[in-house]
Amino acid sequence: MTPAATTFRAPPRATHRHPTTEPPAVRRLLIGIALGFMALFLVLPLVFVFTQAFAKGIEFYFKTLGDANAWNAIKLTLLAAAIAVPLNCVFGVCAAWAIAKFDFRGKNVLLTLIDLPFSVSPVISGLIYVLVFGAQGWLGLYMNADHPKFPWLANWLNEHNIKIIFAVPGIVLATIFVTFPFVARELIPLMQAQGRSEEEAARVLGASGWQTFWRVTVPNIKWGLLYGVILCNARAMGEFGAVSVVSGKIRGQTNTVPLHIEALYDDYNFTGAFAVASLLAFLALITLGLKTWVEHKNAALKEIEVSK
Amino acid sequence: MKTLLKILFTALIAISANAKEIKLLNVSYDPTRELYTEYNAAFTKHWKAKTGDNVVISQSHGGSGKQAQSVVNGLEADVVTLALAYDIDAIATQARTLPADWQKRLPNNSAPYASTIVFLVRKGNPKQIKDWDDIVKKGVSVVTPNPKTSGGARWTYLAAYAYALDKNTKNDAAAREFIKKLYKNVPVLDSGARGSTVTFAQRGIGDVLLAWENEAHLVLKEFGADKFEIVTPSLSILAEPPVSIVDKTVKRHGTTEVAKAYLDYLYSEEGQDIAGKNFYRPRSEKAAAKYAGNFASLKLVTIDGEFGGWAKAQKTHFADGGTFDQIFQP
Repeated sequence: MTPAATTFRAPPRATHRHPTTEPPAVRRLLIGIALGFMALFLVLPLVFVFTQAFAKGIEFYFKTLGDANAWNAIKLTLLAAAIAVPLNCVFGVCAAWAIAKFDFRGKNVLLTLIDLPFSVSPVISGLIYVLVFGAQGWLGLYMNADHPKFPWLANWLNEHNIKIIFAVPGIVLATIFVTFPFVARELIPLMQAQGRSEEEAARVLGASGWQTFWRVTVPNIKWGLLYGVILCNARAMGEFGAVSVVSGKIRGQTNTVPLHIEALYDDYNFTGAFAVASLLAFLALITLGLKTWVEHKNAALKEIEVSK
Repeated sequence: MKTLLKILFTALIAISANAKEIKLLNVSYDPTRELYTEYNAAFTKHWKAKTGDNVVISQSHGGSGKQAQSVVNGLEADVVTLALAYDIDAIATQARTLPADWQKRLPNNSAPYASTIVFLVRKGNPKQIKDWDDIVKKGVSVVTPNPKTSGGARWTYLAAYAYALDKNTKNDAAAREFIKKLYKNVPVLDSGARGSTVTFAQRGIGDVLLAWENEAHLVLKEFGADKFEIVTPSLSILAEPPVSIVDKTVKRHGTTEVAKAYLDYLYSEEGQDIAGKNFYRPRSEKAAAKYAGNFASLKLVTIDGEFGGWAKAQKTHFADGGTFDQIFQP
């Protein structure tokens, strides 16, 4: 505070303190605790990640990231996210649209099911796929047993060497599963709050369903959707548990970035592990930045609407 | 639509036609990372010189039991190189992708290299740990992985058990008491050998690490010989990490010949030399003589002689409700 501001401060009115504010000591204590906690559990580890990553110099850092296995892990992670995020985006919009704009039987069941990936441990999500697609699972017993039920299908899969579990498709499936609720969860409350009056107006004025969707609904949910996509992407790239179960950890083939970090750490290559980890930390920072920007845009938009 | 399908189909064919190089997947256990990095390079060179073909070998590492389970569930390993025979037996019985008598197909029980269990202590040996008796003393903190998931931990457990049997004139109850005291001193059970080593060496937990001999030597190499020292107990177990091809998988991949050669070459002078260099006890006399300085001589019992083979040992000690479950309370 500037000295001028102190001079013109209103006379002390300690006795008439606003009932909802706390004494300054309490406020400072609370803020101090919150900031201290943040510093200890968020900032410090982040600083540690970066100092460790560059512990052996910048050359080693780029050598680690340029390594064929690391590069493969990065490509695989990007691929999994590039498939999972758009799919979940489409699903999320469909689900939110159906839930917020229409009434139908089983709506609550659908809502609960969308939350399922949030409530089960990622390891379980991975195991589900092993149980379904694994060699001893349902699909495996149909495909790879000595006398498969659909020999033509088994032959075709074998001929083209198509695998699901312990291969890229399994990793993509597991990623889709764990990131499934992000977009839908973000959009449902937003669309419910907006109600259906604007869509109804559009229909009355003669717009088709498709036109209503693109010209009325999408502009309204744009920022919420973007927010959901950002969160979904962050999780897709950072997922460890579910992917770890279905990956088989074949180096240079089925290791994603988080799994590659684990492998490097277990190779006693601690600096290398932190170098790759710093990529994920960068991603987190970018996500945070984007998230703040979207929130800011969203708030600005709301203000304009209110002032209108 | 038809043209699209056509394009897809030609693309698929093009991909399979380009993939002329031979691919092998070796699913292995935790501490063999460095060994196979070196061996794979040597074998690739050997195979190229012999046949002109390029062979690309991929690796997957993890706790031995866990890796076996992945193979059972469909991880398409051409060869498995695990910590103990029981884990390959599990693949044979559960997935039936290799014959039950797989262990008779290669020399030395299909184990091209051997190892044993030793102690790794901090420099100067502050707790004066000399033998198994010292690690069951009160106040000694012992790091070893979980025998349920780790192969090395099962060898460790059996080595301790064999020592107790030897000392107590084959009295089972006394041996059990000894093991119980030992696991009371264990603060963390990691799932694999590598996890335990990191716990002990990097995170500084515990007074003694019960480790694979090769892993203990590797720690000295990686972390510096000025920080740790190896203590060899008076008695330990001859650990034989076996290897095998997975018959049905290699047949389907068409890699039978190269997979067999890959394992055979482990027994060659070059393979044995690489094993010795990575602190595994080589089987060939030449390599054994060359690296003799690395390996202390001690009394080694065998799994077949002392415990009646892996199937029996697994059932008595590590199956659900077995001795380990009875003596270990977390």
